[in-house]
Amino acid sequence: MISKIKTPSDLEVLRQAILSRQDPNKQVLRVCCTTACRAGGALDIVKNFKEELAERGLQDKVEVKKTGCRGFCEKGPVMVIEPEEIFYSEVKPKDVTKIIDYTLLDGRPVKRLLYTDAETRKKITNEKDIPFFGKQVRRVFSKTGKIDPTQIQDYIAEGGYRALAKALTTMEPEEIIEAVEASGLRGRGGGGFPTGRKWRACWEAPGSARYVIANGDEGDPGAFMDRSLMEGDPHSIVEGMIIGAYAIGANEGFIYVRDEYPIAVEHLSIAVEQATSLGLLGKDILGAGFDFTIEIERGAGAFVCGESTALMNSLEGRVGEPRAKYVHTVASGLWDRPSALNNVETWANVPLIIDRGAEWYASTGTANSKGTKIFSLVGKVQNTGLIEVPMGITLREIIFDIGGGIRKGGKLFKAVQTGGPSGGCIPEHKMDMPVDYDSLKSLGAIMGSGGMIVMDENTCMVDTAKYFVNFLMSESCGKCVPCREGLEQMHEILTNICEGNGEAEDIALLERLSSLMMDTSLCALGGTAPNPVLSTIRYFRDEYEAHIFDKECPAGVCRNPGIIRVTEFGCESPLRFYEYCFACPQFKDGCPDLSLSRTMLEGKRKLVFSDKLDSEDTVNAKEFHCLKPLSYFEKSRNTCGRQGKCREEGLLVDLLSGKKELVHSGTRLKKS
Amino acid sequence: MMVRITIDGQIVHVKRHTPVLEAAKQLEIFIPTLCYHKALKAYGACRLCVVEAFRNGRSKLVTSCNYPAEDGLVVFTATDRVKTARKGIMELLLARCPEVPQIQQLAEKMGIKAVRFKKKGDRRCILCGLCVRACEELVGVSAINFTSRGTEKKINTPFGIESKVCIGCGSCTYICPTGCVEMVGGGSPSDGRSMNMGDLALAGCPNNYECEACEIDREFIEEFKRVVKDVRAKT
Ligand SMILES: Cc1cc2nc3c(=O)[nH]c(=O)nc-3n(C[C@H](O)[C@H](O)[C@H](O)COP(=O)(O)O)c2cc1C
Ligand code: SF4
Ligand code: SF4
Ligand code: SF4
Ligand code: SF4
Ligand code: SF4
Ligand code: FES
Ligand code: FES
Repeated sequence: MISKIKTPSDLEVLRQAILSRQDPNKQVLRVCCTTACRAGGALDIVKNFKEELAERGLQDKVEVKKTGCRGFCEKGPVMVIEPEEIFYSEVKPKDVTKIIDYTLLDGRPVKRLLYTDAETRKKITNEKDIPFFGKQVRRVFSKTGKIDPTQIQDYIAEGGYRALAKALTTMEPEEIIEAVEASGLRGRGGGGFPTGRKWRACWEAPGSARYVIANGDEGDPGAFMDRSLMEGDPHSIVEGMIIGAYAIGANEGFIYVRDEYPIAVEHLSIAVEQATSLGLLGKDILGAGFDFTIEIERGAGAFVCGESTALMNSLEGRVGEPRAKYVHTVASGLWDRPSALNNVETWANVPLIIDRGAEWYASTGTANSKGTKIFSLVGKVQNTGLIEVPMGITLREIIFDIGGGIRKGGKLFKAVQTGGPSGGCIPEHKMDMPVDYDSLKSLGAIMGSGGMIVMDENTCMVDTAKYFVNFLMSESCGKCVPCREGLEQMHEILTNICEGNGEAEDIALLERLSSLMMDTSLCALGGTAPNPVLSTIRYFRDEYEAHIFDKECPAGVCRNPGIIRVTEFGCESPLRFYEYCFACPQFKDGCPDLSLSRTMLEGKRKLVFSDKLDSEDTVNAKEFHCLKPLSYFEKSRNTCGRQGKCREEGLLVDLLSGKKELVHSGTRLKKS
Repeated sequence: MMVRITIDGQIVHVKRHTPVLEAAKQLEIFIPTLCYHKALKAYGACRLCVVEAFRNGRSKLVTSCNYPAEDGLVVFTATDRVKTARKGIMELLLARCPEVPQIQQLAEKMGIKAVRFKKKGDRRCILCGLCVRACEELVGVSAINFTSRGTEKKINTPFGIESKVCIGCGSCTYICPTGCVEMVGGGSPSDGRSMNMGDLALAGCPNNYECEACEIDREFIEEFKRVVKDVRAKT
């Protein structure tokens, strides 16, 4: 046990002691052991390494470290060997022997475990040469993947808690708030509200007790940047919160973690425990006369609990439902006291600002969006994973340089959806826009918490909008009318459009419903829910129109169980037969020739022209009165190689039996 | 502290943080509401009471039942934006609860005829939460609460089983604007009263108190009488 740190110089002494104990000649194996890689067997890899190294007497020459996420989870389990910086992906527990034999003892990489460039097919040895990592700027994520998140010494060795010492002993609370304001840091959890301004309002609000809260409820489907941060570098969040609490004057803090994140809860709890035992949390921190404690709370499990007021209700032990924010939570939040709530990533930016200065921080980014942002890049791109990029990078750079473009298969890029379920879809021709809060907003999307879903031409945009609306509908808390009822109506309209039952007025109705929801919903869930609908109408109106007027899904995704499109026929003959009959007055009155035709079609019976040949599987031509079916059976079916054993006749049966309806569209069928 | 606010061009002085709705009442300006009751904490769920508030040169729609009066606030209660919003909300409610007389009457009063949205059944409960708040804030027993989310949301007892804490006071029945909480007479006095809320049965008083002697009753009886009077005066 290390003794308590009472002054900043204690901290420096400890840091030097930890650093001097590190042996520069020792090889270090950094194995990612958080969620995705753990699921791939990372813990067994570590166990095997430890056992084999011990067996071979190498345990003093090689150190095995369980680290956090490197963002390339798709290729997990991943590991890095230092000092050579060899990057291995998709490592299996049984590869351990080979890695020791080849790389550790012989200095040769194991080719099979190296990353293969998708385009050049070349093997890449070094992490920094892999395009996925090349354009990233890792600051908030600088320590995850490097340190063991359950060891405070690792964090301290990397310069951790230096910012805290600086803030508590050399800065006045207001100076800290000024620095955060000057840094231009904005909220990473959704709204993008300037963090410094929030802190100042909270600091100025009257009242004695106040709170700081970290939002780790991450509920966006497909997003996991907050999880990786909490798992991989929990101390950066804790340090940010202590600095923030000191600035605002709070003595109590809460970290609200999504219930489905057990490793995050574990690592954060260990971090708080270790910081407390070192005296970095608790009473009289670093001799500055400032007391602060942190409690970790597990989320209530609903998406809406990530919303600030719902989260506070939940922390108070009430139903996790949003409440009115006309008096801001900075003045009246948790237990009606001034509260500063920030996303965990926002908190993790704070030590960087204090340590390196607001000016340094603000030198990265665009006019109104500073620093870096972590995105969760998923969907139809080559490389999926977590990326940290400077604000202002273009969408094209993210998707094509880092993401490596659309996955193999020759499909074209169509759109990228940013900002989580209530974000918007941005089309190809806007790909050169810089990624920052304001330009994403101007495109009808949002930064949100950093979700990014890439879609190719096989994605139907109406169906995409429907997917997000469906998610939000099932996550709406149901408190207020516009969101509860509006989302269900919206979902129904979209479903109808997708299934080919859309009506001409539907687009206008969706737009009006959207503006109603944005204008009157209680919280931002309902207020931003129309984004996916409005942005797809804005950029892909032609797709909506194709569904509504042509009963056609251009991407070929949507199907209506009750209709057959003209285009589904690869052969024209049965179609001409049906259309002819459809126009005939006899059609509705149960034409006997037509029912005879049906029995022929269903039983695949043959048409014959002689009395004698009548049998079970034939029908005599003289039973027909009308020439139309005869001409089909005689001229088309009898002369066709498939003799009725084709999909088209099945479609014809469905049409004639009234099970399905034929839908025409602008585009006529192609000849096969 | 008194503040000065302007509603539809008329000036009124009220205590700071008075809900705009109350201030409007003083001026006899009608604002439709479905989830507000003076004796209960504002809930802000029906969104029917929206008005347009101007502050620092910007306007936004806010719910008047919980929007706090601040000095210099300027409010309009019947702009086109307000009317469109209220109409939209009523249409959504009419689609969900077409058979509820209160909704029909209110819609008629607001001049709404056609509904652009598809009918969604004939629920009676409009989820205004008045019963829940009455039970929690006035009666103090919280025998009923919301369960589930979204359109599945319902009023229910904890775990959906007959409530042991309900005292059968009937506050929820009185306050419910749509009449979906009914009181059914019990057999003998010792059975207490019991309530029917849709298909939800609430037990009678667990202590089998005689109502006159009921201690729990007595504690809230003054509040309760006021609520009853208030609600009756409205209907
Ligand atoms: C429906 C809904 C869900 C939200 N979920 C989250 C979440 O999971 N994590 C988060 O940090 N913020 C979430 N937010 C945003 C928070 O309300 C809040 O703005 C944010 O935590 C403030 O921190 P920041 O300023 O650092 O972004 C959500 C908002 C809404 C409306
Ligand atoms: S907008 Fe939706 S999630 Fe928010 S309070 Fe209303 S019903 Fe609940
Ligand atoms: S089979 Fe001949 S008569 Fe019967 S519906 Fe078809 S075209 Fe008309
Ligand atoms: S049997 Fe031949 S002619 Fe008849 S529908 Fe099939 S493919 Fe067309
Ligand atoms: S009757 Fe029961 S549920 Fe209704 S208000 Fe009284 S105690 Fe609550
Ligand atoms: S039961 Fe009545 S009072 Fe309770 S929420 Fe439903 S409509 Fe409102
Ligand atoms: S979990 Fe291992 S790289 Fe992300
Ligand atoms: S009365 Fe104000 S929201 Fe219902």
